[in-house]
Amino acid sequence: MAEIKNYTMNFGPQHPAAHGVLRLVLEMDGEVIQRVDPHIGLLHRATEKLAENRTYLQSVPYMDRLDYVSMMMNEHAFVMTIEKMLDINVPIRAQYIRVMFDEITRVLNHLLWLGAHALDVGAMTVFLYAFREREDLFDCYEAVSGARMHAAYYRPGGVYRDLPETMPKFETTHKKNIKQVNKLNNNRQGSLLDFISDFTTRFPGYIDEYETLLTDNRIWKQRTVGIGVVSPERAIALGMTGPMLRGSGIEWDLRRKQPYEVYEQMKFDIPIGKEGDCYDRYLVRIEEMRESNKIIKQCIDWLRINPGPVISINNKIAPPSREEMKGDMEAMIHHFKLFTEGFHLPEGEAYAAVEHPKGEFGTYIISDGANKPYRLKIRAPGFPHLAALNEMTQGHMLSDLVAIIGTQDIVFGEIDR
Amino acid sequence: MSNPIQILSQDLKKYFGKKLIKSSVQFHELTITVAASSILDVLKNLRDRKEFDFKQLIDLCGVDYLEYPKGSTNNKRFAVVYHLLSLKKNQRIRVRAFLEDDNFPIIDTITNLWPASDWYEREAFDLFGIMFLDHPDLRRILTDYGFVGHPFRKDFPMIGKVEMRYDPTQKRVVYEPVSIEERNNVPRVINGEGSRNG
Repeated sequence: MAEIKNYTMNFGPQHPAAHGVLRLVLEMDGEVIQRVDPHIGLLHRATEKLAENRTYLQSVPYMDRLDYVSMMMNEHAFVMTIEKMLDINVPIRAQYIRVMFDEITRVLNHLLWLGAHALDVGAMTVFLYAFREREDLFDCYEAVSGARMHAAYYRPGGVYRDLPETMPKFETTHKKNIKQVNKLNNNRQGSLLDFISDFTTRFPGYIDEYETLLTDNRIWKQRTVGIGVVSPERAIALGMTGPMLRGSGIEWDLRRKQPYEVYEQMKFDIPIGKEGDCYDRYLVRIEEMRESNKIIKQCIDWLRINPGPVISINNKIAPPSREEMKGDMEAMIHHFKLFTEGFHLPEGEAYAAVEHPKGEFGTYIISDGANKPYRLKIRAPGFPHLAALNEMTQGHMLSDLVAIIGTQDIVFGEIDR
Repeated sequence: MSNPIQILSQDLKKYFGKKLIKSSVQFHELTITVAASSILDVLKNLRDRKEFDFKQLIDLCGVDYLEYPKGSTNNKRFAVVYHLLSLKKNQRIRVRAFLEDDNFPIIDTITNLWPASDWYEREAFDLFGIMFLDHPDLRRILTDYGFVGHPFRKDFPMIGKVEMRYDPTQKRVVYEPVSIEERNNVPRVINGEGSRNG
C-alpha cells in the first residue's frame, strides 16, 4: 500500500473565498484539515501609527477604512472615546441619528456577509438580492454625508449635519427615459426619513426572501449545520464577541449590557444561538437584521417630531456653522484653531467600545495632552475570530473551511488595520 | 462606596496588597499597574477568583512610552496593556505592566490563560519588539515577510525605512531606502508647552 503523508497547501492571498487578502497555509491529510496557519497583514496600513501623527479630526476618515463594510460604526467607537475623555455631551438628536445609522450600518454589513457567505457555499441569488438592498442604504449614506461608503459623518460632539429634507433623485440619461426615472424616484419624493421609513416597511419582506432561499434549504443546511462548532466556554476564552459569541448561546450585547447613546430607550431583542455552529450564527445574524429594522423604525418616529441641534455647541470641540463663522470674529478664530491645531484631549487614557456588526469594536486612546493621540489601539473584533480559525477548522474538510471563513464575517480592513 | 468600580478597586487592594503598584480611576475606568514579574499570577487570579471573574481577554497591546512626559511611566520605555472584561459582572479592567529592560523588553506569555492572547502577543512583538517568554509561536504577524525593525516604536519613522518596486531589469521586486520625505503639516502641540515635532 502506498504511504500516505500530510501535505501542505497554499490558499490565497488572491482567492474569491478568502474575503480579501487572506493567505492560509493548510496542512492537509487527504481532504481533512490538520492545521491552518493564517498569514495576515497584507492590507496592513499602520492606521494606528498614522493616527499618532494626525489630529483627532483628521483621523476620523481613517476609521471608515478599517472595516470598510461597516464604516460609520468604526467612526462611532473612535468619537465615543474622544467624547469620553473630553467629557462633552452629544445632543440628543445626534444620538438618535447615530443609533439609526448604526443600525443601517449593521444591516449593510449583514447583507454583505449574507451575500458573500451564501456565494461561498454555492448560492448565487442571495448575493444579488442582498446587493439590491445595499444600494438603497448606500443612497442614505450619500444623502447624509455625500459619500456612499467612507462617510466621515460622525464627529466628536455629534454628527456633521442634520438629515436632509430632500432625497437625491435619479436623472434621465440616454439609457433611462423619464418614465423609468419616475418609477425609480417613486419613493424619493419626500425627505431622507421618508425614504428610510419606506425601506423599513419593505425590508422584512426582503429578509423573508433570503430566508426562503436559505433557511430550510437542504444544501445550505448540509453545508452549515454542525460546521465550526464553538462551545460557549471556548468562545469566551478565544475572545469572541458579537454574533460569534451569541451564536454559541451567550447573551452578551453591548447595546443592552453597557448601553451607549440612546440604546436604553430602544426596544429590541437579542437573538442567541444554541449549538454554536455556522447555521446558528446565520440565524442569529438574520434575526439581528430584523431587530435592527425595528430600531431604525423607532428612531425615525422620534426624529420626525424632535428637531434640534445635531452637534455640540461647544466651539472648542465642534466647529461653528459657516454663517456664524463669516460674521463673527470669535467664531472665525474657533474655526481657524479647530482646523489647524485641532482640539486637545486631557492627559490620560480611555477605552470605548460599540457593538459593531462583527463584535466588540473599541478604540483605546492614550493622550499626553497634545492635539494628537500618543497611542491609538484599535480593538478589531475580527482579529481574535480569525485567530480562532485554526481551532474551528480542526478535522473539517477543505470545503467547510470556506463556510467557516464565511461565518466569521472576515474583513481585512479591520484585521490588518 | 456603592460604585462598583470603587468596590472592585477595594477588593483588588485587599487581595493583591503589595503586588498592586498603582491603581487609578479615570473616565470611570479602572487601571491597575503591576510588576511585569507578577503578571501571570495577577491575571490568573483576576480570571479565576469569583469576586473578579474577568473571563475574557478583550485586548492586549504594547505601548512605547519613549516620548511620553516622564514621571508617570517609572522611567520605563515599554509597557503591555491588557483589557479584561467580565461578562458576569459586566465590568472592565485595564492592567498595565511596565517592562524592566528597555533594550530587551520581555514578559511572560499569557497564552496558557487565554488562547486569544496568541495573536495579540505576536502583534505586540511585531510592532514593538516586545518578547513574550514561552510563547509557542512568536513570529511576525502584520508586517511583511523579512521586515526589519519594529514599526510602532516611537523612534521608527512614520514613512518607514524601505520602499519596494518592481525592477524590470532584474525581473523581481527590489527594496530601496525610502525616497520620500516625512511631511508633517500639523505640529504636535501640548497646551502651555509649545510645539514639538512629530
